[in-house]
Amino acid sequence: MLRAQHKTGLVFFPAFDWAISATHPEREERLLYTQDQVNEEGIFDIQGIREFKPDPVTLMDVQRVHFCVPDAWKVMTESHFISAGGAKTIGMAVMDKTIERGFALVRPPGHHAMRVVHGSRGFCNVNIEAIMIEYLRAAYGVDRVAVVDTDCHHGDGTQDIYWHDRDTLFISIHQDGRTLYPGTGFINEMGGPNAVGATVNIPLPPYTSEEGFLYTAEQVVMPILDDFKPQLIINSAGQDNHYSDPITNMNFSAQGYAQLTALLKPNIAVLEGGYSIEGALPYVNTGIILAMAGLDYSHVKEPGYDPDKIRQTRDVTERIHRVGDKVLQFWETREDTREKVQGDKTFHERARNIFYDTDNIQETQKETIRICRECSGALKIDSRSSLGNHVLAVHVPRSACEACKNQGYTWYADGDAREFDGIFLQDRIEDKYLVKEE
Amino acid sequence: MIIGLDVGGTHTDVVLLDRQGIVRDVKVTTDASNLFNTVLEGLEGVMSGMDPAVVKRVVLSTTLTTNAIVQNKIPGVGIIVSSGPGIDPRYFQTSAHYFPVSGSIDHRGREVEPVDAGEIERVSREFLARGIRYVGVVGKFSVRNPVHELQIKAQLGNGFEKVFLGHRISGHLNFPRRIATTYLNASVYPIHREFFEAVQQSLNARGLSMPIRILKADGGNMNFASSIEFPGQTILSGPAASVMGAIAYAADTADSLVLDIGGTTTDMAVLMNGVPLLAPLGIDIGGYRTLIRSLDIHSIGIGGDSLVRLNHQQIEIGPERLGPAMAYGGPVPTPTDALFVLKKIENGDRENSIKGIEPIAGALGLSVEAAAGSIFEHACSKILQEAEAMTARLNSKPVYTIHEIREGFRLEPRQILLLGGPAPYFGEQLKKQSGMEIKIVPKWSVANAIGAALARTTSEITLFADTEQGMSMAPGEDYHATICREFNREDAVRTAFDLLKEKAVKRGANPDHLEMEILEELEFNMVRGFNTTGKNIRIRAQVKPGLIKGYEDVLSLSKGPHA
Repeated sequence: MLRAQHKTGLVFFPAFDWAISATHPEREERLLYTQDQVNEEGIFDIQGIREFKPDPVTLMDVQRVHFCVPDAWKVMTESHFISAGGAKTIGMAVMDKTIERGFALVRPPGHHAMRVVHGSRGFCNVNIEAIMIEYLRAAYGVDRVAVVDTDCHHGDGTQDIYWHDRDTLFISIHQDGRTLYPGTGFINEMGGPNAVGATVNIPLPPYTSEEGFLYTAEQVVMPILDDFKPQLIINSAGQDNHYSDPITNMNFSAQGYAQLTALLKPNIAVLEGGYSIEGALPYVNTGIILAMAGLDYSHVKEPGYDPDKIRQTRDVTERIHRVGDKVLQFWETREDTREKVQGDKTFHERARNIFYDTDNIQETQKETIRICRECSGALKIDSRSSLGNHVLAVHVPRSACEACKNQGYTWYADGDAREFDGIFLQDRIEDKYLVKEE
Repeated sequence: MIIGLDVGGTHTDVVLLDRQGIVRDVKVTTDASNLFNTVLEGLEGVMSGMDPAVVKRVVLSTTLTTNAIVQNKIPGVGIIVSSGPGIDPRYFQTSAHYFPVSGSIDHRGREVEPVDAGEIERVSREFLARGIRYVGVVGKFSVRNPVHELQIKAQLGNGFEKVFLGHRISGHLNFPRRIATTYLNASVYPIHREFFEAVQQSLNARGLSMPIRILKADGGNMNFASSIEFPGQTILSGPAASVMGAIAYAADTADSLVLDIGGTTTDMAVLMNGVPLLAPLGIDIGGYRTLIRSLDIHSIGIGGDSLVRLNHQQIEIGPERLGPAMAYGGPVPTPTDALFVLKKIENGDRENSIKGIEPIAGALGLSVEAAAGSIFEHACSKILQEAEAMTARLNSKPVYTIHEIREGFRLEPRQILLLGGPAPYFGEQLKKQSGMEIKIVPKWSVANAIGAALARTTSEITLFADTEQGMSMAPGEDYHATICREFNREDAVRTAFDLLKEKAVKRGANPDHLEMEILEELEFNMVRGFNTTGKNIRIRAQVKPGLIKGYEDVLSLSKGPHA
């Protein structure tokens, strides 16, 4: 009789009645064959593995993370509430110690969704990991969290949400942004001035194979995690690094994903992308589940799997080593870098254009962060979209010092209702979301 | 007239029914070491002095196969599994004669790796050398394409008495359960066959020439010929008999809870608007998780004869049964003894019951009556707690569409249907503690036999269509057809109903009264690149468990006294 070494919980929500559009990669069929494989393997019967029914998240859960423009109902469908709810359900079960580890196999995904949401980008509307993490922080008092994003695409949404957060380590391993959507995630993207180093980007060259991913995990990711000492490790478990994925160029495998999972030992994994729905997902998901539960995954191999055929070249190996060395060097010197970036400034500003590829929306943002050595800093975002919405969004972080809290409320109070379509304040100390009346 | 017979752990109940009601009912003591005699004694008892010609149907529910498995009295069975990638099949070893072989089929039913003929040849010779006569052949995803199982069977040749194939059992995907179920079918096959052939012969000798039917765990019956192919389906039919005996009294517009309080256990089931729920995949027995279609019945070790004791000043009941109540000469105090002390039962030795409960009362510093009251209350609250947990489990069943989450299906039992030996004594207390309406099922002590007698013939089929590959198939029915690209969900449902009807009639159902329904209906567009290349359709349909037509009066006789 099979018995899981680690009590493992699963939420399986394939959203069999939801698609972005009929032939879109993010469609009803996506997890069908994964469900077939997981059912046929009898995974839910294994002692110590338990399936949970997801409870949809609430509006407050969303507002703890996002500024939805004009409001949550306009940018979310029921599927997003449930998908985020799947992650939250798993997170709660881990915190309640009902399970040791959990995997939310849900869709739609979320890691391209940023703090301000005008629509869908990279198939994502809201960030399901962030919604879960911030709920766990509010409800269970969790403090230090690490997110390791192993999707092939840079997790730019999660990066954006945690850019200024000193207590959330975000590590993204992805195909080099010069060769793939969303075109970001370079080594020098290390976090905002108050949180330098808490964002770690590891762009890998195309055709990276098992060897390269596992080297990166062992030699780069694990030492950084050991340094950071998170209370929870979250894995954004995208599966599009697979050699058969139709929209990427990597050479990873089911065996590789299982080994990577065994190395990372995430408390919570959340499914992200992965669009090789027949050739990869059934096997990768099975491998990840078995690895999380501490079970033997040595027989999980996709049909036609041949490690020699996908082996990376020496050139790729060398490039990966160089990337790893540089990431570690940046990590070691992050305190000095932070001092340099902060300098004697009071505020730091950045202006950005953000493109919502899925919904074809352009957003222009002007972001102001209060430079702070006490906390993650008050944040103000002036955001305007091509749909015509113009909002002012103010974020007071969880750990905000008195000065940053006051700064946040001042920005909110000074916001001129005639100038904006909406003025919002996220007060994470009081766990409140305020919308300014006209 | 119909005979229903249900072999229980202690008693065997038999009823003879006509369209107006119960003509006769008898109870005989079960002799677990000789079920054949028990069954015959029961049948003779109910038939004595009757003209055998009036009996049109005999439905039997026995513990034969259940006992064989629980007591591990089963022959050596050879198992061949062909798994392909996934969990190592060695973890699912059921038998000492268990051989994983090469060969692999994927989720769409496509061959990934062929069967190795030489390997099968070697396994076959090994089985013969070991004296194996019954074999199970199980492939991963064989319900999507049984070709490997069929090839292996063909290659095994005629040297074995019976070869069971995994894809015939159920359309559900679950390889480990398919292995376990195939193994159990092969294991109980000889004893099942021998037993019912003997019963049939004895009946024939007594002038009862009608074919016997056998109750299944899903609360339906099948004829003997069908049972030979799937003897495992008779496992745990007893609890299903009781539920079927109760459903006629359930409200059809509200959910109810069936409690069958026996000597050793209490079996419970939830009815949704009067309809029993099926277990999602199948029964668990003797450490095996199976695909044996079954009513969702939860059994707990609390009954009238359960052992009562104190543990750190707390009353504990069951799960052991060490004998009958002390009032009937048993060795230890039981909830039934508490009922004697409370003067709810009177046909035994109350003094013995008092003697049994006195030490408990002493330790708790209570009067004997108060202690008995606590014991009784404790038994009721344990039963109700378990029932609540069962309902919660049913309500937390995962669903996979937004639609289902929005619909938010929720069971909320409002009434309790009570049956089993001690049932009438528990009614009032359960009502007090649960606040629910209580109905004591009329003829509560033989309701199980009535349930067996009046159960419908049930069956289930799964149809799978893939228009990209141009094929539709129902693996359990040996059905395989070529379809055109335009084949759609409606076509699939129609085919499924046709196949279901055919199967049910073959199993002995009345073709005029088939209550068929769709259990699952999924249709997906398959997109490769940016083109829709086909449809992937999955249909599951069943004949609903229920009672046969024409015998409503038997039940309406007695719409039940309220407690």
